[in-house]
Order: sequence, then C-alpha cells, then structure tokens
Amino acid sequence: MDYEILRLIWWALLGVLLIGLAIFDGFDYGTAILLPFVGRNDIERRQVINSIGPVWEGNQVWLILGGGAIFAAFPPLYAAAFSGFYLAMFLVLASLILRPVGFKFRSKFTGTGFRTMWDYFLFIGGFVPALIFGVAFGNLFVGVPYGFDSDLRFHEEITLFSLLNPFAVLAGLVSVAMLTLHGATWISYKVDGIAGARAKAVIPYAALVFFVLFTVAGYWVLHLDGYRITSLIDTNGPSNPTLKTVARVTGGWWANYGAHPLFWLAPLIAYLGAFLAVVTRKWPLAAWVSSALVPLGVIATAGLSLFPFFLPSSSHPDQSLTLWDASSSKLTLGIMLGVTVIFLPIILTYTGWAYKVMAGKVTAAGIESDSHGNY
Amino acid sequence: MDIVDLSRLQFAVTALYHFLFVPLTLGLSILLGIMETVYVMTGKTIWRDLVKFWGTLFGINFAMGVATGITMEFQFGTNWAYYSHYVGDVFGAPLAIEGMMAFFLEATMVGLFFFGWNRMSKLSHLGVTWALALATNLSALWILIANGWMQYPAGSYFNADTMRMEVSNFMEVLFNPVAQAKFVHTVSAGYVVGSIFVLSISALYLLRGKHVELAKRSMTVAAAFGLASALSVVVLGDESGYTAGLNQKMKIAAVEAMWDTEPAPASFTVFGIPDMKSHTTKMEVKVPYVLGLIATRSSDTEVPGINNLVNLAKVRIKNGIVAYDALAKLKKDRGNTALRTTLKAHVADLGYALLLKRFRPDVQNATPAEIDAAATSTIPNVPALFWSFRFMVALGFFFIGLFGLAFYLSAKRRLDSSKLFLRICLWSLPLPWLAAELGWVVAEYGRQPWIIEGVLPTALGVSGTVAGNVLFSLIGFAVFYSSLLVADIYLLTKYINLGPDEVLGHKTEDSIIAAE
Repeated sequence: MDYEILRLIWWALLGVLLIGLAIFDGFDYGTAILLPFVGRNDIERRQVINSIGPVWEGNQVWLILGGGAIFAAFPPLYAAAFSGFYLAMFLVLASLILRPVGFKFRSKFTGTGFRTMWDYFLFIGGFVPALIFGVAFGNLFVGVPYGFDSDLRFHEEITLFSLLNPFAVLAGLVSVAMLTLHGATWISYKVDGIAGARAKAVIPYAALVFFVLFTVAGYWVLHLDGYRITSLIDTNGPSNPTLKTVARVTGGWWANYGAHPLFWLAPLIAYLGAFLAVVTRKWPLAAWVSSALVPLGVIATAGLSLFPFFLPSSSHPDQSLTLWDASSSKLTLGIMLGVTVIFLPIILTYTGWAYKVMAGKVTAAGIESDSHGNY
Repeated sequence: MDIVDLSRLQFAVTALYHFLFVPLTLGLSILLGIMETVYVMTGKTIWRDLVKFWGTLFGINFAMGVATGITMEFQFGTNWAYYSHYVGDVFGAPLAIEGMMAFFLEATMVGLFFFGWNRMSKLSHLGVTWALALATNLSALWILIANGWMQYPAGSYFNADTMRMEVSNFMEVLFNPVAQAKFVHTVSAGYVVGSIFVLSISALYLLRGKHVELAKRSMTVAAAFGLASALSVVVLGDESGYTAGLNQKMKIAAVEAMWDTEPAPASFTVFGIPDMKSHTTKMEVKVPYVLGLIATRSSDTEVPGINNLVNLAKVRIKNGIVAYDALAKLKKDRGNTALRTTLKAHVADLGYALLLKRFRPDVQNATPAEIDAAATSTIPNVPALFWSFRFMVALGFFFIGLFGLAFYLSAKRRLDSSKLFLRICLWSLPLPWLAAELGWVVAEYGRQPWIIEGVLPTALGVSGTVAGNVLFSLIGFAVFYSSLLVADIYLLTKYINLGPDEVLGHKTEDSIIAAE
C-alpha cells in the first residue's frame, strides 16, 4: 500500500475514533451535564448515574484510544496539540479524574451534602471536557501560534486566554449543545419515571440551540482565514512539516465544499440528526440513534473543511501540520492499521454485548433493591 | 527549578501515584478469578460472597487506577513534546495497541463484573471476571513493551529527514528481551501486592475473631498464589538484572556502586556507603563472585565499573559529535550522499553528542572539559540506586518467607494458631507497595540521564511550554491526587472495618456458618 493511501486511511480512522469518542463518551458527558437538573432528589440522580454506571468506563477508552492513536499515527500532532494546549489539557484531565472517583465514592456515603457535592463534580466532569474539546476544535479553524526549529523542536506562544477566542468559545458551545442533546436522548431512553421525562422535555431545546449555534459557526467560518498549501507537496514524502509553503485565504475553509459537493452530506447529517431526535423523541431508542448522527456529522464537517490540515499555525503558516507531513513512518502506519482492522470489530462486538446485557430501563425500585451494588 | 526538573518531578509524582493502584489491580483481578472459579466449580455461595467482598475493594482501587491513569496517557504529549516527536513512531504504537487490545476490554468488563451478577449465567460472569484479569495483565504487557524500548531501544533507527527514531523491525520492539523480563517481574510483583493485601486484611479479621470463614479461605488462596508469585518476582528479577546487563551496564554498575571494573566474576556488595564525589564506596561488605554470575551468567565475563563506563562514554561522545556535525550540514544540503554516509557510520552515538546540549548549543565546538562533564553526567544517582535496590531485594526475600509460612500453616489448618504470625501479616500490608515503588525507582531513576537509553537525554525531551504552567499543573496534581488518596484510604478502611455483611448488604454465608 502507498504511504499516501495509508496516511489517508489514518486520517479517516482518526475521524472514526473521534466520532466514537463523541458518540459513546459524549452521551456520558451529556448525561453528567444534565444530572443535577433532571434529577431533583437522590434516587432520581442515582437513576441517572446508574444509567451510565456500567458502561462509562468502557466509553472513556475511546478517549484513551483517541490519544493513543494520535500518538502512534501522528506523533508531531500529538506533541504539538497536547503541549500547545497545556493548561486546557490540564483542565480536561482534572475534570475527567473527578468521574471515576465521583461514580465510585458518591454512593459510598449517605450524607446529602456529600452526595450533592459529587453531583456537581460529575457535572464538571461532563461539562468541562465537552466545552474544551469543542474549544480545541474551534482553534483548529482559527489557527494557533507555533512553529518548529531545525531539530523539529516545537515552540509555541499559546496561552489559555488566547485559546478562549470568540470563535473557539462558540465551537465549545456547539459541542456542549450537541452532547447535551445526546445525553438527553440517552437519559430519556434509559431512565424510568420523572427524570427520564424531564430529559425528554430537554430534547427540543437542546436541538434548537445546537441548530442555531452550528449554523452561526458555519457562517462565521466564511469570514475566517482558511489555509491552503501553495507549494507542491509530496504526499509520499517524509513527515517533515517545514518543507512546504502555505497561504491564508478568507473563507478558505469552505473551499473543499466547493470542490466536492458530496461533502455537504456531513453538515446535512448533523442537521438531520438533530431534527430526527426531536421528531422521534416518543421512541427513545430511535431518538438516541438520531442524536448520535449529530456528532458524526459535526466532526465530519470539521474534518472535511480542514483537510488536509490538522493544526494550522497562525505565526508560521508554512509549518502548519497536515496529514501529509505529520504522520508516523509507513511501517508504523501499516502495523497500526493491521492492529486496528483486527481489534476494532472485536471491540464493537463485546461493547455491543455489554450494552445488551445491561439493556432495560433503570428504575427507582431497581436501585433500592440493590442499594449496595449500585452507584 | 527549571522546566526539566519540574517535568521530571511531575512525571515521577504522577507515575508513583498511579503505580500505587496498578499492582493491586493486577494481583486482585487474578485472585478474584481464582475465587470465582472455586465458586462456579463447587457451587458454594461463600465463595461468591468472597468475590463480591474483595471485588468491592478492588472497585475502589480500580477507580483510582483509572483516574490516575488518564494523566499518564496524555502526559507524554503535554510535558514531553520533543520526546513524543522524537520517538512517537516507535513508542506510540504499543501505547495505542494497549488501548485497543487490553484497556478497552478491561474497562468494558469491569462494568459487567459489578453490574452483571444477576444479568447473566454463572459461567458467563466467570468469563467476564477472567477477561477482566486477562485484559489487566495484557495492559501491563503493552505498557512494559513501551517502557522496555526506553531501556533497550531495539528495532529502530534514526531518520535524518524526519529528525526522529522510526521503526525498522517491529518484531524486535515486540519481543524485546528487556520488555519480556520486566513484564513478568512487574506482574509478579503485582500478584504479591494483591496477595499480601488479602493476607493482611484476612489476618486482621482472624485477630478480631470476625468473618473467620471468609478470612481463612481468603488466606489460603492468597498464601498459595502469593508464594508462587514471590518466588517468581525474585527469579525473574534476576532475569531483569541479566537483560539490563546486556544494554544498561551503567545501571548495573550504579546499583552495585562498583566504581572500577573488577576481575571476573565480580563480587556483590551487600553493604556500603557510596560517595558520588570521590567515586568510592566506604565500609564495603562484599560477597565474592555473585554479581558477575547474575549480570553475565558466566565466570569469565567482566562487569564494567562506573569509571570505565565514563571513559567509554567520552569515546562515544566524540564519535557522536561527528554524527551531529554531519546531520547539521545535511539539514542545509539534503541531497548530499557523502554526509549521509558519514552520519550513518556514527549515528549509533548521536545520542551521546546530544548529552552536550546541556553545556552548549553548538555541540560541534565542545571543549574537552565539556566532553568530560557530559561523560560524567551519564552516572546516575548511585547511593539512591544502591539502597533502593537492596531494600527491594530484602523485601522480596521477606515475602517469600512470609508466604511460605502462611502456606505451611494453611496446609496444617493452623492459620489462626499464632497471633504473632497474624500480626506480622497485618503489619506487612504497606511493604509490597514500598517494594514496587522502589522497583520503579531502580528501573527509571536508574535510566537517567537518558529518557531513551543511549538515544535521547531526558533534558531534551521536554515540551516548550513555560515552566510556570508545569509548576501549576504539578501542584494541582499533587494536591488533587493526595486528597483522592486520603479519600481512597478512608473508604477502604471503612469498608474493611464494616466487613462483608455490611458491604454486601445481606447476611453472607460467612456469618451464617459462624452462627451455626
């Protein structure tokens, strides 16, 4: 297989992993965001928590895997993005660390104050990652100031404050709205009684907010500087991001859509998913599947706009990381592709089985009957 | 402190915290599998209660392992950006495979382990428990393949066009002898941690005369499994020593505080006070031949001393400068094949030239004094390694004795006959953690000044972020982890004191038997 083809496949696989993250870990974030609001007493909140209790750990591995795959397949991107977004990453990590202990520790003590505190910690554990991952995506469109020296040592002038620019914050809110919607359909599907009903009532509002924000973001991108490679680029060449030239063009992030009309399917899927989630909310499983289309469409929209860029540099545009010059060696990409082709179907199989085993609504009676076993 | 010190400190703190939880997960997962197998085979519900009780403690520990583990996956990128760029092509793959092959399975099964009891057949649940144990151990395998490569970078080469190490032979990365030895040594250590955990808490119950049936059964399983594991730790620790001798001669010499090469076979220093300044070890007590036999498995191969290795490093630094110079010129003249040939001839020592970066940026113009200083910087902290290693080994032998005694008493049905024995078991609770952390110190602190042995100095691996950020995150992690650890220990203590009836929320077989 060509180096070029392998790079393209890994670009797509990275998309698949990010979509897996947004769909599976995403509804955990959304559920945690809604937790303090749709559950108004301890038993309702325990129902909400236990709706994701058995599966959230497996879901979180999409994040671990996403990080691992970027490391293995696109090491320069891993190095640049994670060290460049240092404090943002720290915030994400700190809030994610709240989740495992929140789930385990909350139910181990009976004090109301103690449990309420952990409810809000869990809320943070859902809201902060949802927001910051969105903000990070937004910054890919804006570009961040960084470059490389001749040893390919990465240097940057990124601050947490500069990452919170208006467009990026808007992208963060798109992410929060989309995952809140996805969490709402999940709670409505899994949780019996009033908490599930409250979540169902959230669906149209979350969908509407998403619709508005996503549309505004798309329009805003028309006025942002897009990036375009202006030199010849050897798509089979060595992964060295300092060998090309890049120009900035206002509205350039729309260029791929002009060249490939089929790409319009991506934003269409996002809109369709939100629409269907509202329409089908009386059939909770259908609504959840519909809201899963939203992250799929949104991430595909972003990826296709940026292609072939990963992380554009605003201070050294020529050194922007693209999939052609930020990948692993051909051998590593090939090995990792083989491993993925074998293991991804296995993962999906036992994940499917786990969901099947845990099928059925979480009821108040079920929680009380095994108060020690449940979270 | 500069960014290098801060980043190293943060890595050490987060790794040592993470490594408090990992060994217990490794050991307890297998013990749960054994106990549940007995339950399924005998149908006696006391064994199911055992699994559920120890499982609850396992769950609290597992949550902490996951919480502290997320940081590890991302920290290479956030704090070791140049390292990630320089070796990601090799090092990233085993980490990603760990996620796909092991951690995914582990994390999915752990949910089913806790929530699946009434939703599947006994046999399916047993399958879940063993899948959880298998995945936990596979996870350790891939992490140690990645770590083994840092100690012994096999199967890779330097690519001048991408300025990084790339895979040349993935099988060599996979079947790295150092990784294999470290894997068995580390998981065995985890089994010892799990076994002592069960042994100690059961001893506490016997001392209190509570939950006697549960405690005796638990102790029997822990004694047998622990004895096999403790023997394996020591035997395979020896294998680790041998494989380190293949490549990390400086680590061996530092652990032994052996300053000058001795005639083969070298003696083993039992006691001594190593002094970094004078390059001597005071008050040495030596056992002849032992070190030479362990490190070389022969009676006539020399184990080189620290001073001799420093001299060797000087030669390699000078050789590396040639490679560095060729590389610098090659960046401006990419087509020059003569430069590529020169680089290729000396590239094995390129990492040694990079040691000079600490002293001056233009490595080619290094003075002899700077070369000497760089060569001396290849000596790790000798006293720290010397003593960490000795405490670890002493603990290893103590565990063999303890488990041997427990095994004997268990076979004689006299586990509760000696209060002294039970107290020793109880007070031994923290020791396996101490041994495991010391093992980490020997392996990783002993690798300094290299982040990848012989390839990349640690100081060059850091990110370009500002030191203030790292200080902030370091304090954040330290405070955050410490408060979690306090909560964790509080919770474990509370549950241990409550005992199985309270923890499981129903009368267990244990108290039913006791009542009869």
